[in-house]
Amino acid sequence: MSAVLDLQDVVKVFGTRRHPHRAVDGVSLRVEEGSIFGLVGESGSGKTTLARCALHLIEPTSGRAVFEGQELGALSRGQLRSLRSRLGVVFQNPVAALNPRMTIASLVAEPLVTHTKLRGSELKSRVLELLDDVGLGSAYPSRLPHQLSGGQLQRVGIARALATTPRMLILDEPTSALDVSVQAQILNLLRELRTRHDLTYLLISHDLDVIRYMCDSVAVMKQGQIIERGDTGAVFGNPEHEYTRSLLAATPGQRRIR
Amino acid sequence: MTYPLLPVVPSLTPVNERFTGLRHLGRVLSRDWLAAFGLVLVVLVLVLAVFGKWIAPHPEEGAGLANIPNRNLAPGAAHWFGTDELGRDVLSRVIIGAGPALSVALFVVVAAATIGIVLGAIAGYRGGWFDTVIMRITEFFQSFPPLLLAMITVALLGAGPVNVGIALAIAWWPWYARIVRAEAASLRDRSFVEAARAMGVPTWRILYRHILRNSTTPILVQATVDIGTVVLWVGSLAFIGLGAQPPSPDWGLMVQEGRGVILNRWWISTFPGLAIFVTVLGFNLIGDALRDILDPRQTKR
Repeated sequence: MSAVLDLQDVVKVFGTRRHPHRAVDGVSLRVEEGSIFGLVGESGSGKTTLARCALHLIEPTSGRAVFEGQELGALSRGQLRSLRSRLGVVFQNPVAALNPRMTIASLVAEPLVTHTKLRGSELKSRVLELLDDVGLGSAYPSRLPHQLSGGQLQRVGIARALATTPRMLILDEPTSALDVSVQAQILNLLRELRTRHDLTYLLISHDLDVIRYMCDSVAVMKQGQIIERGDTGAVFGNPEHEYTRSLLAATPGQRRIR
Repeated sequence: MTYPLLPVVPSLTPVNERFTGLRHLGRVLSRDWLAAFGLVLVVLVLVLAVFGKWIAPHPEEGAGLANIPNRNLAPGAAHWFGTDELGRDVLSRVIIGAGPALSVALFVVVAAATIGIVLGAIAGYRGGWFDTVIMRITEFFQSFPPLLLAMITVALLGAGPVNVGIALAIAWWPWYARIVRAEAASLRDRSFVEAARAMGVPTWRILYRHILRNSTTPILVQATVDIGTVVLWVGSLAFIGLGAQPPSPDWGLMVQEGRGVILNRWWISTFPGLAIFVTVLGFNLIGDALRDILDPRQTKR
């Protein structure tokens, strides 16, 4: 198996020279083709910063992010832009991630308008197809985000991420902002979509149950560093690091399993 | 971009957005009689500006043709607002003056807003040196008393309505630049803007669709209020001789023409002054009402 996304010794330092804050401190990880890689850690451990480096939304202080064999930092603006059609992202809070003044249809159409030549009725039917793919019916395209529920909005966010048929999605806490009852629906949708479209996921979450349910392999992050990694079963069944053990102990349903 | 409405199940169709907007406007007007009054004033001024030629009883006198036998008549049945020192019907002069006053104001606001929006949006979104430079320039402009800045510019360009428009636009764009800059800077880090960047949406489209489309309320409110204020400034410049020249039916110029005889023939200055007052008041009231209507916290689910 080959790695779709390969992060090599990524470091991101915020703050001033005198008071540096190493949000990501030398992280390397490989996300294999077709796998679901989980990145787990508490708030402030640097998960989202790492994701933003992987998407090149912020430039890492040092280290390399390689997607499909191309180093993101070495690409021209045009190359980076076309790469973005193959690397999608789903954000934590769907209410904030969708422009409140755009209709659902134009939100999903935006990546298509950016990366494809689809216009008019072809664009419209592709948008409907995508909304259908994530389980939203034909009643939604003309609505505005505030008329939908959180779970529906996250479906819109997923449809938008899938619009340009990417190979990989980075899912940054995709269910954390949702009601518990809706979380499982979204996770199941993500699993279905992965099989249907042959996708690779990097799933970021602080929720161990989500990681356990979804991921093949997992890395545990603390204070900007990966302190433990391996197959999900191995890490959760027999955690080596003290921190991982305390994380597992902190999850209500987990004490019995230990 | 608005996406064409698709045929959908009627019971699930959202209420048409424009329709709720109109109803909302109706609610605001029925509750807020000041806004309704402002709307009446603005509509009145707009009607005079567009149809003045057909409304004015003596349009040719309004445009400046003297009628010496009728000079200095007090307001009465024949001339409701009286006549001036050249025998021209003051009512006609005031009515014909609405057109030029509003077109200059519209030009100034559109020009100032365009410059300000473009520079402010880029400055706020990009940040960095461009932001610093633009903001220092706006501070430089804003540190002058605005009327003084406009006076200096007119003096350099030469008097006349076109130059007044240019001068006021130059004095005015920094306010728009700062409003838009503040909006853009606060929207820049919002999640949906980052999402657009992650999708590879070109910067200009992010600026237009995600930044500007979400900053329309303060811009629109400011522009509405400014139309009235610009009318006042155009009048002020004309009053000190830097704007329109005789025999133009400029309100500020007319106030100036009657200034010397204000105690004996009060109507020559008073009515054009009232016209300026009504315009400023109307646009201010409408601006306040717009702020209430467009506030997203007030639009219902």
